[in-house]
Amino acid sequence: MNISGQEFIQAMSAIGAGIAMIAGVGPGVGQGIAAGHGAAAVGRNPGAKSDITSTMLLGQAVAETTGLYGFAVAIILMFVQPFK
Amino acid sequence: MTSLVACDSSFMIKSLYEFHIPGIDYTFQLDTTHVAMLIVSVFIIVMAIIARVKISKVNATDTPGKFQCTIELIIEMLGNMVDGIMGKNATRFVNYITALFIFIICSNLAGLFGLRPPTADYGVTVALGVITFVMVHFCGIKAKGVKHFTAMCKPLPLTPINIIGEFAVPLSLSLRLFGNIMSGTVLMGLIYDLVGRFALVIPAFLHGYLDLFSGCIQAYVFCMLTMVYVNDKIAED
Repeated sequence: MNISGQEFIQAMSAIGAGIAMIAGVGPGVGQGIAAGHGAAAVGRNPGAKSDITSTMLLGQAVAETTGLYGFAVAIILMFVQPFK
Repeated sequence: MTSLVACDSSFMIKSLYEFHIPGIDYTFQLDTTHVAMLIVSVFIIVMAIIARVKISKVNATDTPGKFQCTIELIIEMLGNMVDGIMGKNATRFVNYITALFIFIICSNLAGLFGLRPPTADYGVTVALGVITFVMVHFCGIKAKGVKHFTAMCKPLPLTPINIIGEFAVPLSLSLRLFGNIMSGTVLMGLIYDLVGRFALVIPAFLHGYLDLFSGCIQAYVFCMLTMVYVNDKIAED
């Protein structure tokens, strides 16, 4: 089986895109912790539910950023193909 | 060269029309983002004009109709949101934040109506991020003068890190919005390719999560972070 250099680069780009999406683990853990503490806070003080929810969602959206960097790298590797 | 994945899959930006500008060597491409953004802008402008005309005709004794109630609900909700974060500076920024929120939420929800969301194009979100960046520093310089720059060198050894942190603001803001909407668009495109003509119930749940929930949350977060950054710079200490 002969693999040309071009095809090898494409295959490696696909593998790299898959590896880049491992970045999704971090935001998952972080958002879960935020949601758990949010639930605990609502249980302790149900009157402040709306404040707690908005703060939790804001924190989760910020925590998501690092995962999205990984997603951007994966999209660039797959579709923009910088290593031609 | 052959592409890794079929690039005419339904979630990529497609070029609809090409202009060859005579004289200069440049081809202007009219793509899906331009069309979707035009539709969203026209929709917002038409709704705004209708609301303006209707509200100006209202007497204080009339019973408000459905349209007026909806408009008042939206304006009041956004006003309360800006009030809660910015306090006494709210009146200066409420117009910008309202316009930003309505534009981002209409762009994100455009995916529900078969358009490719304009915010799934990095060119749109980076423009929004740069507007926020310029506004943050303009307000900071206006409020504090030279102190705005000296505040960046507060712990002197950390000056380079502070400057990088300032430039990371528009980058992270724009990438967050782009990444969320783009991932939703990619997933919806893949799902529609997978289920083919049996697209009956399954895509509805995903539209609910990826377009409605994620789009609303990201519009809220973008406006919230813009307000937090501006407030951070103009606060007296």
